[in-house]
Amino acid sequence: MDAVLESIPAYLTGFRVTLYLTVVSGALSLVLGTVLAAFRVSPLRSLRTIAAALVEAGRNTPLTLVFVFFVFILPGMGIVLPLGTLPAVIALTVYTSAFVCEAVRSGINAVGVGQAEAARAIGLGTVSTLWLVVLPQALRSVVPPLINVLIALTKNTSVAAGFAVVELTATGRGLARDYPADVVAVLLGVALFYLLITIPAGAVAGWVERRVVFTR
Amino acid sequence: MPGAGTGAPLVELRGVNKHFGSLHALRDIDLSVEAGEVVVIIGPSGSGKSTLCRTINRLETIDEGTILVDGRPLPAEGRALARLRSDVGMVFQSFNLFAHRTVLDNVTLGPIKVRRVRPGEARDEAMALLERVGVADQAGKMPAQLSGGQQQRVAIARALAMHPKVMLFDEPTSALDPEMINEVLDVMVGLARDGMTMLVVTHEMGFARKAADRVVFMSDGAVVEEATPEEFFTAARSDRARDFLSKVLAH
Repeated sequence: MDAVLESIPAYLTGFRVTLYLTVVSGALSLVLGTVLAAFRVSPLRSLRTIAAALVEAGRNTPLTLVFVFFVFILPGMGIVLPLGTLPAVIALTVYTSAFVCEAVRSGINAVGVGQAEAARAIGLGTVSTLWLVVLPQALRSVVPPLINVLIALTKNTSVAAGFAVVELTATGRGLARDYPADVVAVLLGVALFYLLITIPAGAVAGWVERRVVFTR
Repeated sequence: MPGAGTGAPLVELRGVNKHFGSLHALRDIDLSVEAGEVVVIIGPSGSGKSTLCRTINRLETIDEGTILVDGRPLPAEGRALARLRSDVGMVFQSFNLFAHRTVLDNVTLGPIKVRRVRPGEARDEAMALLERVGVADQAGKMPAQLSGGQQQRVAIARALAMHPKVMLFDEPTSALDPEMINEVLDVMVGLARDGMTMLVVTHEMGFARKAADRVVFMSDGAVVEEATPEEFFTAARSDRARDFLSKVLAH
C-alpha cells in the first residue's frame, strides 16, 4: 500500500500522458471517423472506395501492427515523424476512426430515407443534406456505441507503452520493477487510474444521451 | 386564375419512360400542367402515379423522355438540380418532417440555408405560413409531438416557405387517420383557390371533384384518360377508368 501512495506523483505523470492520448486521439477519431462515414455514403464511388479501404485496413489490423507501421516502417520509408506521442496519436486515431466510422454509418443507415428526400426536395445539396439533416439524427442515435469505442480507445492507449511512450501502463511497469514485493498493489493502482477515465466517460455518455434524445 | 393557360406549360413531360427492373413503371407519359392549374392524378395502386410525381423533381430518375419545368429541362445533378428542387414544392405521404428540429425550424431551414433569407425574416414568414395552415400554436414543438394531420400541414408550410412555382403532393392524406384528412384537404383547397399550380396524387375523389381543373387517370404506368372532373366522374370514356370508379365510388 505504501508503494502505491509513494508512487502517486509517478502515477499522475503517466496518467496525464494516457489522458492526453485518449482525449486527442478520441477527438481526432470522432472527426475523421465521421468524415469517413460521410464518404462511405457519398454518391461518388471513388470516395466510397477510399473510405471503405481505409476502414477495412484500420479495423482488421491489430493495433500493435498499426503502431509498428507508424513508429518503425514509415520512418524506414523516409517519412520521419517527430518522436514522443505524435506517432502514438496517429496510430490510435487511424485505428479508432475505423470503428467510429462504422458506428456512425450504422446511425446514418437508421435515419429514414424520407428525411434525406425531404431535405433534397427543399433544395439542399448532398453535403447540406448530410450535415444539416442526416448526421445530426445519426449521431444522436449512436452515442452509446461511440462511447464504447472511446472506452476501448482509453485502454488501447496502453499499447503505446511498448513504443517508448511513458504513459500509465509503462509507468506501472517501471513501478513494478521498483517495488517487486508489491506488484499486485501497484498494478491495481494502474487499473484504478484507467477507471478514472472510463467511468466518467460512461456517465458523460448517459448525460449526453438524455440531452440529445428526440422522438422520431 | 385556375387554367389561365398562357404561354408554355409550367411542367411538361414528353415521352417519359421508366423501368424498375422488369417492371415498366412509366409508359410513354405525355403530360403538361399550366400555370395556376390543379391536376389530380388518380388510379389503382401500382399504376405509377407516385413514381410520376417523384420524377418531376428528380427524386426518381427516368430512362427515356424529357421533363421540362418552367420551360427548362431537369438538370441531371448538382447545384442546378438543387436550385430546381427549391422551386418545386413537395409534400410526401409520410410527411418527412425533420425529426430533430422544431416545427418552426422545419419551415425556416430551406429559406435560411437555400435562399439565404435572414433568420428573423424567415421566422416571421414561417409563423405567417404556420398561421395560414392552422398550426402556429405548435411552432415550438418537435414533429413527433404533433398529430399526423398537423404534421402534414407543417410539411405544406415547409414547402410553401420556398415560394415554389409548383407544388407536388404525393398521396398527402394516405397515411392519415380519417378524421384528420379534411384538415389537410382544406388547406390544399385553399391553396388551389389562391392560384397555386398543383399536381396532386390522391385517392380523395372528393378533393378531385372540388379542386381539380383536370383529372388524369393512370393504369399500369400509362396515362389512360384525361378529363375535367365533371366529365371523368360522370362519363369516363375508358373501361379501366369506369371499372376503377365503380370500385372506389361504390360506398
